[in-house]
Amino acid sequence: MPGPAGDGGAASAGRDDAHKGADVPRDADAVLDAEFFLRWMDALARAVDREAARLTELDAAIGDADHGANMRRGFAAVTAALGKDAPDTPGAVLMLTGRRLISTVGGASGPLYGTLLRRAGKALGDEAAVSRAQLAEALRAGTAAVARLGGAKAGDKTMLDALEPAAAALEESFAAARQAAEDGAAATVPMLARKGRASYLGERSIGHRDPGAASSALLIGTLEETAR
Amino acid sequence: MTGVVGIVLVSHSAQVAASVADLARRLAGAGDGVPVAAAGGTAEGGLGTSAERTVRAAHGVDRGAGVAVLVDIGSAVLTVKTLLAEGGELPEGTRLVDAPFVEGAVAAVVTAATGADLDAVAAAAEEAYGYRKV
Repeated sequence: MPGPAGDGGAASAGRDDAHKGADVPRDADAVLDAEFFLRWMDALARAVDREAARLTELDAAIGDADHGANMRRGFAAVTAALGKDAPDTPGAVLMLTGRRLISTVGGASGPLYGTLLRRAGKALGDEAAVSRAQLAEALRAGTAAVARLGGAKAGDKTMLDALEPAAAALEESFAAARQAAEDGAAATVPMLARKGRASYLGERSIGHRDPGAASSALLIGTLEETAR
Repeated sequence: MTGVVGIVLVSHSAQVAASVADLARRLAGAGDGVPVAAAGGTAEGGLGTSAERTVRAAHGVDRGAGVAVLVDIGSAVLTVKTLLAEGGELPEGTRLVDAPFVEGAVAAVVTAATGADLDAVAAAAEEAYGYRKV
C-alpha cells in the first residue's frame, strides 16, 4: 500500500524496517544461535570434567568404571575442536561435537552421544538460529536414533530414560526439560538393566543409577543453565 | 566385484583382536592371501574401541570386493554401526557381520581364501552361531 508521501518520512521508514525485520525470520522464537550452542557445549565439557569421578563411580557399580574418564576425554577433544574452528550454525556445532565424540571416547558413550548430537545437528539444518521448539524436535530425532542404534527403549535403564522425557518437556520450557532429565535419571535407580554390560548383572543392577542417564542429565542441565 | 574380501576384527582389546586375527589366518592356512586386520583397543592403548583404528583397518584390507567386519561387544558393535550409518567413513561394500567373534573370524577367513564373495563370507561367519559344542 503506497503511504502518504512526505508525511513523517523518517519515522514511518523506521516502522517499515521494524515490520520488515519481524517478517524475515522463519520462526520469531529462533534465538538460539551458534554462540549459544558453543556456550552450551563449553558448559557441558566443564560439567563432565567436574563430575567425571561421580560418573565413573556410578559406572563402577554396574559397568566397567570408565564412563567418567571416557566422557572427559571426549569432551576435552570437543573443546579443542570447537576452540580451533568454531562452526557458525547450531547444527554444525552439534555435528562437530558428535564427530569428535565418536572419534575419541573409546566406549559405548562415544557412538551413542555422537549419534544423538549428529542426528540432532542434522535436524537443525543450516539455520543461523533456532527456537526452543526446533531444538526439542531435533533432540527427539537424536534420541530416536540412539534408541535404534542401541536397540533400547524407555525403562531399560539407559540414557533414554533421561533423554526421552527431557526432549518432550523441552516443548514446555528449559527448566521443565532439566527437571524431566533429573527425574528420569533418578528413576533408573530401581530399574533392572536390559542393555549393555549392566544387563549381565540382572537383579544386581537394581539400586544403582544408570551412568548414561546421569551424564544425559548433565547434557540437559547445562542446556538449561546456558539458557538462563 | 573381483578381488578378495577383506576381514576386520574389532575388539575392546588390542591383544584379542591381534590374536584372533593370527588364529584365523593360521587355521585357514590362508597365508597372505586374505587381508585380515585387527582393530583392537583405544588409541591410548586402553580397553575400548577406536573409530579411527577401525576405519584405517578397513581401508587397509579393502581390495574392492568388500570388507567383512566382525566385532566383540558393546562399543565395538556401536562404533561400527555408527560409522556405517554416517556413511563415507568406511570403504564401499563394508558390512558388519553378525557372528561370534572367534568362530566367525575363522569361518570368514577360510571362506574368503576360497575367493568367495562378501555375501558368502558373511553367511559363513553368521553360520558359526550354529556350531553347537555340546
